[in-house]
Amino acid sequence: MILSAEKKSLLWQNYFGVPIRNDQLSIALAGNPNVGKSTIFNALTGLHQHTGNWPGKTVNNAHGSYQYQKKPFLIVDLPGTYSLLAHTVEEQIARDFLCFANPDVTVVVLDATSLERNLNLALQVFEITPKVIVCLNLMDEAKKKNLVIDVPSLERELGVPVVATAARQGKGLAELREKILQVATGLLQPTPRQIKYSSDVESALKELLPLVENITNNSLSPRWIALRLLDGDQNFLESLSNYLDIDQVSFQDWEESKCAQ
Amino acid sequence: MCAISSSRNLSEAYGQAEYVRKTYRNSFSDQIVADIYGNAEQITKHVLTNKGRHRIGFDQIIDNLVTSKWFGYPLMILLLVGVFWITIEGANIPSGLLASVLFAFQDQLTLWFQWLGAPDWVHGVLVLGVYRTLAWVVAVMLPPMAIFFPLFTLLEDSGYLPRIAFNLDHIFKKAKACGKQSLTMCMGFGCNAAGVTSCRIIDSPRERLIAILTNNFVPCNGRFPTLIAITSIFIGGAIASYSGIINALVISGIILLGIAVTLTVSWLLSMTILKGEPSSLVLELPSYRRPKIGAVIYRSVIDRTLFVLRRAIIIAAPAGAVIWILANVYIGELSILSTVAHALNPLGKLIGLDGFILMAFILGLPANEIVLPILIMSYLSTGSLQDFSSLEELRNVLVSNGWTWLTAVNVMLFSLLHWPCATTLLTTYKETGSKKWAFLSFLIPTLIGFSACFILTQVVRLFGLA
Repeated sequence: MILSAEKKSLLWQNYFGVPIRNDQLSIALAGNPNVGKSTIFNALTGLHQHTGNWPGKTVNNAHGSYQYQKKPFLIVDLPGTYSLLAHTVEEQIARDFLCFANPDVTVVVLDATSLERNLNLALQVFEITPKVIVCLNLMDEAKKKNLVIDVPSLERELGVPVVATAARQGKGLAELREKILQVATGLLQPTPRQIKYSSDVESALKELLPLVENITNNSLSPRWIALRLLDGDQNFLESLSNYLDIDQVSFQDWEESKCAQ
Repeated sequence: MCAISSSRNLSEAYGQAEYVRKTYRNSFSDQIVADIYGNAEQITKHVLTNKGRHRIGFDQIIDNLVTSKWFGYPLMILLLVGVFWITIEGANIPSGLLASVLFAFQDQLTLWFQWLGAPDWVHGVLVLGVYRTLAWVVAVMLPPMAIFFPLFTLLEDSGYLPRIAFNLDHIFKKAKACGKQSLTMCMGFGCNAAGVTSCRIIDSPRERLIAILTNNFVPCNGRFPTLIAITSIFIGGAIASYSGIINALVISGIILLGIAVTLTVSWLLSMTILKGEPSSLVLELPSYRRPKIGAVIYRSVIDRTLFVLRRAIIIAAPAGAVIWILANVYIGELSILSTVAHALNPLGKLIGLDGFILMAFILGLPANEIVLPILIMSYLSTGSLQDFSSLEELRNVLVSNGWTWLTAVNVMLFSLLHWPCATTLLTTYKETGSKKWAFLSFLIPTLIGFSACFILTQVVRLFGLA
């Protein structure tokens, strides 16, 4: 489902408390805690940022704006999380935003000094949206720890652009801005690697997929929904039906026009 | 209409998922997480070369030991006993020294007052009331705090505390509470009011309430000195040769009991008025660091020791004056203090304490730090013994007031399990925003404290052990 600009801004304002202008390209910034996400956020937005809380939650919400190549960007700093499996309020917020807000590009910030643990989050984001950039931050610290990461082959493995940065030194940020522009405008179309599950899970997925396929008119990956159903993740299903309800009320005319087709 | 059909699809799919989940035996959620990790591991293997492995390996070895199934708990208990042993052994000598210096100074003060020709009641309120209480607070509390807090801060700084939370997580799960509760309990060791505030880190309102209501079962540093003083004067002192170790074991036992009560009450609460399932805890274990000595000293001495001492002194000084007045204003034959204590005596005796002890706990409501000083003050103001200089004589004071080992154990039990101090109650009220929960946080420990002491006393008396 591709939302029209007005509908999107309505949803963003009401559901996530983030006002977005119609002409702004939207960026979501995801990552584990303590990976320098805020440093990157600050470096990109400078002083053009607003902080508050997520609607109805005691979790900080920061969003900011910047211009690049004469294009206006709105960037939303998601809470730092280790996964999107919604064990905590932070994870729930990050997951709901990625699933339902449909940002033009998602930047996943990884800590280069503990790549393996950080990749878990990136892989989960890949399941939700293909418009992803991986920002490999803290490269300076990784170097100090004698860790060598082969960035081109990581890029090949993941199927998304990988930008190596050391945000505190301001290194790699120019490339990050450029890549964000390219992915957000559709110039670059990543094909993120999908997680291969063990045979049990895959065959169970196959059973469920046909039932899930038409739930959200393809706004959300059916595979992701099926996985959460297998999880028995009540929380996500609540969010989903909640979102479908909002969908129903505020976009009724749109839905009807679609049904009429 | 389209949307309505889609939500029907959702519930349909959910039903099918239930069915699929039942047909496969292993848990899908675990398998899915395991697969995600497997994928991440595979990718990492292809792109990462590590030129210096041993450093990480070292952390890993310690972690495997500290958080292992078999050594995790014994190691924790061993550390606990060790910390208390060092605290108690180390505090003995400076405590005695401080006491003798401070009480010698009291005699000097008395001389000055006499020289100035001050009236008796001024001398009574200021010297025998305020000064003597303060001297007690400082002599009894300062040395253990000055040793315990740096040790505790050292553990905190080295990165061991998060491992404790990690170890305890699954027990808390069993009690249907949140693993983060163990961190709020660690805060509670410092101060229960701070512990209650720190419950904000728990996301689920249900688990936060459980953590708030049970925080009082970890002894705060207002009660630590009381516990330490009573063990060292009474329990360890009775068995002379290994007193240090015995004391440490007793204190550790008390703490473990507090943890056991916390878990039991948490479980009971989640079975009754706060029903629900536990949520998960995500905890990043920081790498071990060499503690910064400067920071440890600053945090333990300035932030903790002096802070607590200041609070104790601020509350103890007026309390000392009030107690002296109560002990020296007579209604008929008896002073007000004795009248109240006699009124409380039957209840006190029933739970193995006495009227004075119960009254000290009640007067100690503003701050637990002053319970023991109040108690000693009230014994001294009515007894014949007016002057003493060592902890050994303190023991004599207590014995001459009818203390047995059972009394000492009951005082420690009651100190661990009784109502929280006024600050904690106020904080609970602010944090929960409800008088009901604040009252419950008073009621639960009070009931438990009374029943624990009552049962112990009756059982011991039944078997004629004391």
